[in-house]
Amino acid sequence: MSDHPPPAPAEAAVMPHGAEEVRAHLKIYLAVFFALGVLTAITVGIAYLDLPSKNLAIAAAMVIALVKGSLVALYFMHLIKEARVIYWSLALCVVFFAALMALPVLTSMEHL
Amino acid sequence: MTDTHPNGSPGAREAHGGGHGETSFLWKYVFSQDHKVIGIQYGITGLCFLFFGFTLMMLMRWQLAYPNQPLPWPWLAELLGNIRAPGGVLEAGFYNQLGAMHGTIMVFLGVVPIAVGAFGNYVVPLQIGAPDMAFPKLNMASYWVYFCGGVIMLASFFVPGGAASSGWTSYPPLSNIATQGQTWWLVGMVFLITSSLLGSVNFIVTIVQMRAPGLSMFRLPFFVWAQLVTAFLLLLAFPPLEAAGVLQLMDRVFGTSFFLPSGLVVNAIPYAQTTGYSGGGSALLWQHLFWFLAHPEVYVLILPAMGIVAEIVANNTRKPLWGYRLLVYAAIFLGFMSFIVWAHHMFMTGMGTVMSTFFQTTTMIISIPSVIILTCMILSLWGGSIRFSIPMLFALAFLPMFAIGGLTGLPLGLTLSDLHLHDTYYVIGHFHYVVAPGTIMALFAGIYYWYPKVTGRKMSGLLGHLHFWPTLILMNSIFMPMFFMGMAGLNRRMYDQTVYVHGRGVQPLSLMVSWSAWMLAVAQIPFIINFFKSWKAGEKVNDNPWEATTLEWAAPSPPPHGNFTTLPEVHRGPYEYSVPGQSGDFCPQHARPDSASEGTPSAPPVPAAH
Amino acid sequence: MSTAIPWSVKPHPVTGIPNAKLGIWLFLASEVMLFGALFSSYILIRTGSEQWPMGRTILNIPLATLNTVILITSSVTMVMAWASLKMNQFGKFKLFQTLTILLALGFMVVKAFEYGGKLHHYEVTLVEGSEAADKAGALKITGHIDHATAGNGGAITSWIRSRDDLHDGKISFVADPPAGSHEHPAAIELAAEDMERLTFFGPHRDTFFAVYFTLTGLHGIHVLGGIVVLLYFLLPGSRMWRTDPERFTGRIECTGLYWHFVDLVWIFLFPTLYLL
Ligand code: HEM
Ligand SMILES: [Cu+2]
Repeated sequence: MSDHPPPAPAEAAVMPHGAEEVRAHLKIYLAVFFALGVLTAITVGIAYLDLPSKNLAIAAAMVIALVKGSLVALYFMHLIKEARVIYWSLALCVVFFAALMALPVLTSMEHL
Repeated sequence: MTDTHPNGSPGAREAHGGGHGETSFLWKYVFSQDHKVIGIQYGITGLCFLFFGFTLMMLMRWQLAYPNQPLPWPWLAELLGNIRAPGGVLEAGFYNQLGAMHGTIMVFLGVVPIAVGAFGNYVVPLQIGAPDMAFPKLNMASYWVYFCGGVIMLASFFVPGGAASSGWTSYPPLSNIATQGQTWWLVGMVFLITSSLLGSVNFIVTIVQMRAPGLSMFRLPFFVWAQLVTAFLLLLAFPPLEAAGVLQLMDRVFGTSFFLPSGLVVNAIPYAQTTGYSGGGSALLWQHLFWFLAHPEVYVLILPAMGIVAEIVANNTRKPLWGYRLLVYAAIFLGFMSFIVWAHHMFMTGMGTVMSTFFQTTTMIISIPSVIILTCMILSLWGGSIRFSIPMLFALAFLPMFAIGGLTGLPLGLTLSDLHLHDTYYVIGHFHYVVAPGTIMALFAGIYYWYPKVTGRKMSGLLGHLHFWPTLILMNSIFMPMFFMGMAGLNRRMYDQTVYVHGRGVQPLSLMVSWSAWMLAVAQIPFIINFFKSWKAGEKVNDNPWEATTLEWAAPSPPPHGNFTTLPEVHRGPYEYSVPGQSGDFCPQHARPDSASEGTPSAPPVPAAH
Repeated sequence: MSTAIPWSVKPHPVTGIPNAKLGIWLFLASEVMLFGALFSSYILIRTGSEQWPMGRTILNIPLATLNTVILITSSVTMVMAWASLKMNQFGKFKLFQTLTILLALGFMVVKAFEYGGKLHHYEVTLVEGSEAADKAGALKITGHIDHATAGNGGAITSWIRSRDDLHDGKISFVADPPAGSHEHPAAIELAAEDMERLTFFGPHRDTFFAVYFTLTGLHGIHVLGGIVVLLYFLLPGSRMWRTDPERFTGRIECTGLYWHFVDLVWIFLFPTLYLL
């Protein structure tokens, strides 16, 4: 399939921020890809280490997952530079998410 | 959040791709992408479901008033058939189906579709000066998915074993082991959830992105704010119920045990023996996921109603709403808090004291914004030259009714008194005061108020009075006795209360409730006549018959496709009534500052109809 | 006639984004709550259970790791597809979009193998004190079914979930090789009355498998949905590039956001189900 460059005026409209900026990002995408691969290897490795404490293993796995997830969200999903209204909506979501994760299990604790 | 919209040009307006032939009836009225047509579709469908849900309740009320006596009309017994009404007496299992489906239909297929789907769809784009919703195709999809959900719910009455019978709350383990109807209920709910998800995304984007030039967030009518908060509730609270629905479907279809604890015994036989189920699940898990939605859901039921009432109060008192900003902040806070109070429905589940106290505290806190909203509206009445129009009568009735509903909720939020009141008719009385004399009255108010916008004609005032007064009185004689029955200890979801001594004591009240409910049906006849007759024969009125300030009245009645002939520009807040120093007693949001003092501004010219 | 919806392509001057971008993010927020509820259920059930198996003692880690790598790679190709459009290289876009779809399909194929392994793996709980239990030397044995007959003497062709499916038929059961060996023991005959419970490793087997199948299943449905959307924009939908390139780029961006989210969910599913 050959490239179909659209007519010139439309092309200008495609790139309000300019293609240069995107081009500069390509390296970042590759770096993130590499980091994700390494972190995947680490998390599998740690699992086979049989850490002495279960909690430690959970903490390690979750921290790595959080880092990986943040990389995806920040760079692939461009959250590192996003509109305010999206930050606000997500902040709201994060708060309710936290409540959803924490409160049910807290109500099931014997001493609470 | 965004604040102001730059004045002047609305920027590039790209042609929207969904060009559909306007000639075809099918595309114009059935698969329409116009928010107004969709709003009307939602409204009519929702009203039908509301009436159907009410009919189910009227049937139940027969059994409650005259336990175990045959239905008064043989044809009715015949219609229901021998399984549902053997010998004309409502069968107990069928009674449970009626109860579960009454709750489900009223909440998910009646009130929310009318409050959000109909009023939100029709009014919000108009009030913000937008040509349509942000995603017209999604909007259409939202209605049709809702419609399918409704059909599935209705169809479930006819499957073997009948409809869902475990209450609108569908608590496991009973719901897990119930007949096929429960599976239909779950599938129907997945449709309804999907529909409101599509709707809520649409509302938020429309309100955030498509306000007319000059219409900053704090110039939005309170109704739009209420819809915005509601949309966030739907967006973020519904998914956990969807998750719960998926888990229960897994339980029912694939034999998992998410909600089934180990050691379950059904009909005196260990459940593991008959099914080989694994156990290890938690029935309380369902309650958490369900109430994570269902508490915010009650604010979904009430916030749009408050929005409607706010518009009507401002318009009919001819003065600005008292504490507009306070109202907005209260609504936002209310929405936020509604996510962290849910376990007040679960005080009786053996939760520890720390968590009970937490939820009791958040519940007491959330009552504050509700009281603020109510207080603002009542204070708005002070010193106004009130026009007692039909919409205003309904709006005025909303205030004390909601107050009763809200205040009676406090004892349910306090662990100590909830021990006694939980799961009694008191609860039924409490939330019905909120949703029936409360929300339903506000919905009626909204219908009378915006009818002229939709049709260009007013509904009859005489029939309006004939509708309003009996409805108000009967609503109270239905729901007030429930408080006393509940405090006497009468459980809800009771097939025959006369089997208990304390039930027999309050049986006369049950009779009163039933007769009131049936009379309430009669009292709706003036409304139904009014609704249909005025469509063609009502008094013709101009584009702004109530002399209101908000943008929907700047559009022609009925508004054409695309709503406004020229895009309105907004110059002031939403409720500039009786501004000192001005000649007219209202100043529309879109009136140019120089022409404002001239009173009634000229409406944009009516475009050629198409 | 059509209505002009403002800001459906151009970013809104105040919020700085077009409608669809806000829309897709709101949708993703609701998805966060959906998966959040499922994770929360998982936590509640797991903390409430008396014992819980380590995922990696039961599940196939190499396959899951492979799938993790596949999904991460597909995220990169997805973002490259979008970037290609931004740089006005439509041919490259087609290439990367195709790669993304192939990787997604690869993920599903691996998943199918993983599921298949579980669905053909059985566990029998023998009746205590029965002859069969004495012979096997254990109450629970896992393995696969060589041959099974139903009450009427015919062979069972469909799934066997519980012992009731057998009526009074028999199964010929091949136990898994003992640890450290690769040789299967000889098949044994088990009659229905020897068995307390007979089940494959499906969702109903226990709450671990219930969680595993539900979460990965729902995630898989999201992958399938993504494949449909990606295919649409690769084939018929891509015509828009010629008529309205800016709108098309916006659509690919939204598709990408969804796709990265699917990846993100997997990043959390992988350790919580398979490793811990
Ligand atoms: C105006 C006419 C109405 C009447 C006469 C009425 C009457 C009743 C009664 C007597 C019950 C208790 C049944 C029982 O416990 O066995 C009930 C339950 C219920 N009603 Fe209504 N109701 C009306 C309107 C509404 C509306 C507008 C809504 C919601 C928006 C609603 C939602 C519910 C719900 C959720 C339940 C609980 C069902 C359950 O326990 O599963 N009702 N209604
Ligand atoms: Cu509540």
